[in-house]
Amino acid sequence: MSAETIEKKPAEALLSKRRKKLVSDPLIDDNPVTIQVLGICSALAVTTQMKPTLVMAIAVIFVIVMSNFLISLMRNTIPSRVRIIVQLAVVATLVTLVNEVLKAFAYDMYKELSVFVGLIITNCIVMGRLEAFALGNKPYDSILDGFGSALGYSWIILTVAFFRELLGSGAVFGIPIYDYVSSLFGPDFQLATNGLMVSPVGAFMVLGLLIWVQRTKTGYVEH
Amino acid sequence: MDLFNLGIRSIFIDNMIFAYFLGMCSFLAVSKKVTTAIGLGAAVIFVLTVTVPVNWLLNEYVLKEGALSWVNAGLADIDLSFLRFIMFIAIIAAMVQLVEMVVEKFAPALYGALGIFLPLIAVNCAILGGSLFMAQRDYTLAESTVYGFGSGTGFCLAIVALAAIREKLKYSHVPNGLKGLGITMLLTGLMGIAFMSFMGIDL
Repeated sequence: MSAETIEKKPAEALLSKRRKKLVSDPLIDDNPVTIQVLGICSALAVTTQMKPTLVMAIAVIFVIVMSNFLISLMRNTIPSRVRIIVQLAVVATLVTLVNEVLKAFAYDMYKELSVFVGLIITNCIVMGRLEAFALGNKPYDSILDGFGSALGYSWIILTVAFFRELLGSGAVFGIPIYDYVSSLFGPDFQLATNGLMVSPVGAFMVLGLLIWVQRTKTGYVEH
Repeated sequence: MDLFNLGIRSIFIDNMIFAYFLGMCSFLAVSKKVTTAIGLGAAVIFVLTVTVPVNWLLNEYVLKEGALSWVNAGLADIDLSFLRFIMFIAIIAAMVQLVEMVVEKFAPALYGALGIFLPLIAVNCAILGGSLFMAQRDYTLAESTVYGFGSGTGFCLAIVALAAIREKLKYSHVPNGLKGLGITMLLTGLMGIAFMSFMGIDL
């Protein structure tokens, strides 16, 4: 078990400096996607448009926070030999919950995301946070840690989706930006959309460039 | 002939990596050397070929709506498909464990080569994705076996090709911020463009 344990202090403030760091670190400096290379698996496929990406981000935030909380509650009773199975069972239950809620209240979204909701189970960020943090820390800290990582993941996929939808379909959240802009320049003018952005290749390119920009800013170099 | 087409389709056109982004984590993490990439690729082919048909049986005879009618006519209106995620992942984890034990017992050399990758495969998105796609697309047993094998082969091809490129890349001068993950994503994109040309094939 490689858990990053943190020394306990008596009566820590609800939002102490250390706890704020738990949330803010994964946003930029220790981002799960661009720095730790986790969770690229399932979610890139949904980033052709902003709307499904937002739903996916919310689902992932829910699953990571809840699973971190639940596993952290159980951390002292789980034998380490079967911990992977226990973690998978907890995560799979939460994902099933998300799937059923989507099916009941947002059927179109459920159809659009299809198998990718189920694939949150194997999202490496979820398992990664459980292994590295929730197994060795208290519930409240684990919630904050999960929330930070999930937010770090969310802003990355939302940014990728923003560029892919804008350049690929000329829209943001389904609002046809390109049509508005084109109409400003007269009836014969039309901004062209790029089909490559809608295809998987666009996702790789946008994410690759995003990583470049982000790592240049933070000065992180991989050897 | 349909089965053959499905196989070709799942290897090249609906490639797990380039079309669905599944298994990206291990794809990026284990593609630094060709030999290890081949090891992981072989393990993925193996596990997908086994788990997709097994999950098909589970889905067909236990989980699907009305699937339990072979037990008793009164059970015909039971729909357990909401249990799909838990059952599939449980089967995958169990099968991986089983495969690991069998390989260790009967092929120690192969076990030595695959060793560390086998347990990791249980949480590889490509494996669960294969089963979920199988359930969604209503394949038959034969089709799901071919699909499992084909998509595993597609993953293997992709990871070996990427590892080969990355071995060459070691000697190139890459900007600091792009080193590692960044350049690998761009490379994957370029490989994706090459694989897109297979879409023109009419099967």
